[in-house]
Parts: sequence; C-alpha cells; structure tokens
Amino acid sequence: MLKASVLIIIGLLCAGTALAEEEGIRLLESSTDINSTESLQRGARNFMNYCSGCHSLKYLRYNRLAADLKIPEAELGNLIFTPAKPFEEINTAMPGDSTDWFGKPPPDLTLMARERGTDYIYSYLHGFYQDKTRPWGVNNLYLSGTAMPHVLGTLQGLQKPVYKNEKDPHGSAKMVLVGVEAMTPGAMKPEEYDQFVRDIANFLDYAAEPIKAKRQSMGIFVVLLLLVFFVFAYLLKKEYWKDVH
Amino acid sequence: MAAAPESAGTGKGLIGWIDERFPLTKLWNDHVAEYYAPKNFNFWYFFGALSLVVLANQIVTGIFLTMSYKPSAAEAFASVEYIMRDVEWGWLIRYMHSTGASAFFIVVYLHMFRALLYGSHRKPRELVWIFGCLIFLLLMAEAFMGYVLPWGNMSYWGAQVIVSLFSSLPIVGGTLVEWIRGDYNIADPTLNRFFALHVAALPLALVFLVLAHIMALHEVGSNNPDGIDIKKYKDDKGHPLDGIPFHPYYTVKDTLGVAGFLLIFAAVIFFAPNFFGLFLESPNFEPANPLQTPPDITPVWYFTPFYAMLRAIPSAFGTQVWGVMVMGAAIVVLFFVPWLDRSPVRSIRYKGPIYKVMLAVFSVSFITLAVCGMKPPSGIYPILARICTALYFAFFLLMPWYTKFDSVKPEPERVTGHA
Repeated sequence: MLKASVLIIIGLLCAGTALAEEEGIRLLESSTDINSTESLQRGARNFMNYCSGCHSLKYLRYNRLAADLKIPEAELGNLIFTPAKPFEEINTAMPGDSTDWFGKPPPDLTLMARERGTDYIYSYLHGFYQDKTRPWGVNNLYLSGTAMPHVLGTLQGLQKPVYKNEKDPHGSAKMVLVGVEAMTPGAMKPEEYDQFVRDIANFLDYAAEPIKAKRQSMGIFVVLLLLVFFVFAYLLKKEYWKDVH
Repeated sequence: MAAAPESAGTGKGLIGWIDERFPLTKLWNDHVAEYYAPKNFNFWYFFGALSLVVLANQIVTGIFLTMSYKPSAAEAFASVEYIMRDVEWGWLIRYMHSTGASAFFIVVYLHMFRALLYGSHRKPRELVWIFGCLIFLLLMAEAFMGYVLPWGNMSYWGAQVIVSLFSSLPIVGGTLVEWIRGDYNIADPTLNRFFALHVAALPLALVFLVLAHIMALHEVGSNNPDGIDIKKYKDDKGHPLDGIPFHPYYTVKDTLGVAGFLLIFAAVIFFAPNFFGLFLESPNFEPANPLQTPPDITPVWYFTPFYAMLRAIPSAFGTQVWGVMVMGAAIVVLFFVPWLDRSPVRSIRYKGPIYKVMLAVFSVSFITLAVCGMKPPSGIYPILARICTALYFAFFLLMPWYTKFDSVKPEPERVTGHA
C-alpha cells in the first residue's frame, strides 16, 4: 500500500513537471563557478567598466567585494569610478533626474542573480538583436522591448533576428522569433565574449549572496560533524535500549 | 522549636530547597523521568519532539533577527539584506529561520499524518488533537505573517491576495479588510501590525498551546502504533508493563531523531537554502512593488494545498466566498476527526482495507493539491484540483460510514515489538 501510493505520488509529480516544460525560447546555460576567484575578479572588472555607470549594487560594499575577491586595497581605487569611499555601497554616478534617459530607471542588480538566475543574465547579454523600431536600435530575445541599449555591442558585434514561419490555430501564417544569429563581428571572438559575459553572471551571483561560496564549503564540515553526532547518538540509543524487551 | 512544615520535597540541598517551594522534581518526574511511554514507538513518533526542536529554533533565531530587522515598508527589505551581509552570522540565522519555517510544516504534517495512521486522536485523546489543530491554525497565521516581513514582491502580493480573501465575506468584508490592513492598501501599517503579531502575540499563543497539547497528552498517556491501551497490564509498582520511562529511553532515542533531522536541516541551509525556489521564492528577491505583480502569485509550498482548493471552487451568485468557505472548511473539518472515526480499533494495523485505501487516496490528493497550488491555474490543474478537493473532503465526511463498515483485525492484548 505504502509503496503503491509512493509510486503514484512520484508518477503524479513527474507528470506535473512534464506539463510544466515550457515551449518557446530556452535560456542558455551559464556554467558559472562561484569558487573561481579569477572569474569573479574579471567579472567585477567587467561589471565596473561596462555596467556600473547605470546599474548600482546598493547592498554590496566596495571593501567587502575587495576582501572576498582578494583584491588588494591599493588596487580597489581602480574599481571605484564614483566619489564613494571603500566602505560605501556600490551606487551609480547617475544624477537623480536621469530616470527618463531610458524610459525607466536601470534596475539595481545586487539581487538579480537570485531573482532571475545566472542563466538569465548570461542569456540576456547574448540576446540583443538589431531592431530599428526600438529607441536604441536593439531588442532582446529574452526580454522583449528591453529599455537597455546593447552596451556590449562593440565587443559582441551585432546580431540579427531569426524568424520561422508558423501557422496559428486559425490557419494564417505568422512570423515567430526563434533565435538570433551573428551579423557583424565585434572586437571579441564568440568564445571570448561568452567568457566575458559568464564572468559578469558569476560576479552577479556573488553579489547576490556574498557568503555563497563560503557557505557551501562550510556546509561540508557541518554535515560531517552532524554525521559523527548521529553515529554517537545511535550508539548511545542502542546502549540504553539494550534492557528494553 | 517549631518543626519545619511538612512538605512534598524529600531531597536535600538546592533541589530540596526548591522542591519545598516549587514542584520542580514533581514536574520532572510527571513529564519526563516517570512519564511512562509505550515501548513500541516507531519512526513516526519522532515528529512530535522534532516540532518542539523547530519551535525552539524559530524562537531563538527569531529573537536574533528582530535585533536587526526593521519593520517599516521603507526599510524592511534592505534590513533583511543587511542581516544577510553585514550582521555577523546573520545569513546563517536568517537561513535557519526561513528553512525552519518550511521544516516546521514538514514535521507538523508528518506528525498529523501519524495521528491518522494510528488513531492518536481517538478517545481519550480528543483534546490533545484539538489543541494540535489549534496549533496548526496558529502556525499558518504565524507563517503567513512572517512571510510578509521581508517585504519582497511575493510577500507583498501574497499578503494582498490572502488579506483580500476576507473581502469576499458579505456585508462586513470591505470594512474588515480595511481594519486588517490598517490602510486602504497593504502598506506600512500592515507590515507593522504583522510584525507585532508575528513576534509577540502568535508565538506567545503558540507556546501556550504547545504546553496545553503536552499536558493533555501526559494526562491521558501516549498512544502507540498498535493503538491499544498500555495501562491494562501493570507491574506491582503500578507502571504499565509495556511502558518505559520517557527519560532516559525516549530522550536518547529522540536525540537520535534530532541528529538525523539536523543532518537534513543543515544540508538544506548550507547547500540549498532556496530549496529550488520552494523555501525562498525568486520573486521575493525583488522589493515589494505595488505597481507590478510577480509573473505568478503563488503562496509558499506549505499553503499550496489549501490555495489550490480556494482556486478550485468557481465563483457563483456573483461572489467568490465559496472558495474561501471551502478552504476554511478544509481546516475546520480536522477538528471533528476524533468523532468522525467510528472504527472499533484505533490503529491502521488492525483496520480494514477501506481505511487503508482512503488514507492513501487522501495522501495522494493532498500532495496533488500542493502541486496544483504551485502551478498556474490552466491546463489540467484546475480540474485536477477539483477532483482532489472532492477526495480530500470525502476522506473526512464519509469517514463515519466507511470506518464503521470496514472489516477489522483483532487487536493484540500487548504491544507488538519495539524499535
């Protein structure tokens, strides 16, 4: 009975997950590594150079970043492009009335990796394509109608949209956006750009939860310790229960 | 010289001194050292003690969280990030609390399921069960208000949805909702009062009810997997032959249970504190935004069975109050279980096949409802939720009949085996 119900439950759960499989555009896999300090350092550099002009990391302090990413205090100045002191949070230098520059204020990115995931960030930065109808001449495969210009366009080059002809339920043909492909080359080779963006996604994963890498490495010891405790608790129980018949 | 007044305490030293003034040894003996519990408790009997452990965890970590949390709409979200980043070990305390909330429901659901397995709610333990149901109800209120405190976007919209349920009540609905919110919208006053209720009123009531739950249990004695009375056969000292003192036997056994629980608990905290978006939901890492709803508003996993029931009932006669009533009834019906079960035996071990099938169907329905409540209400889910809602209620409302007509096996005179 118990086995049967467990099987039914598992079956139902699998059916549920299968139904949840979304059609449409899949996110790219970011394959970030939170334990790679080099990647995080490059990501911090990339972020500060290309993103921090508009996007703040308002819950992360410069000196926390320096300590966690093993950036010497003397070199921290190279990452601070605002009048901020090292103990202050990473805010942008954009003036308060700049919200209408892009139609909406650029979002704070401290927690973006926890909200949308590193795959989303990685995909989004791969998703810009030429669209003359948009204010900045680009649209995004993963965030249609994005307000952001393709800041990394000189590095990646421009992409063009790929459409597929499909019939809608009423039988009339329509064009469906299914992907993007390279149009003009950028300053970076595709693999270089992948790594560049992967480092940013990795860095934002760090920014969303600075303790993440340490938490995981600490967790191994905690679990091992509890395992030892479990063994002793088991032996103690066995010893006491010897006289229960 | 006047003799010292006769007293209950016979011990010497500090304990004796206290015993003459406070029933310390008596309490210890009544509830721990000389509380005789059946010797055949199995795996399912860990979850009562584990609920206590989680309650203690929530209270202690909660106290530390309040030291740095700011219950204001303007500061709440940032103060949680402050705890996660700038407070020493704040991240661990916060994860222990957020994971603890989910753990609480896991152990409580399993604890309640145990009662359905072995008939622990049956006479004379009806009050134990009723106190337990009240604890479950308060726990839901406590968890809901706690979920609002981080003031993320899911906190905000979850509160919006749940509080507006009251607006479906006829006549008083609108006024009632305004009174609950303290504003015309979910706003700063709402957050403030939820904080007050979450950290003071409800925990106080919870602790009180947990004490009542345990006192009622110890008054009548624990049930066991055989569902039979162990007090029928006693030794010459008056202790049940099938009973063993809670201390040291069950204190060491529960220590083992706690160790096992902590292993899993720590693994979640250190390796998957979001638990795949179930314990901490992704949209809640965006601050509350009254102008933008999350893609799907779903409650945390432990509420989803009831949320699915709410959504399963269509509106009729121009009001949606029916869904709210069904959801409420799903909790209220629990209180009546001791009187709905008419089986001559308590434990599933000696009940017939009908009860076994019904309990299995009920369990599957409950889990299916939980899945339905997490999914957007489209495709197969609404109809699935309706079927499972019907099965959920069928388990309880048909119980007087199927338990009466079900075949039973003879109960043993003495408990069988021990772990």
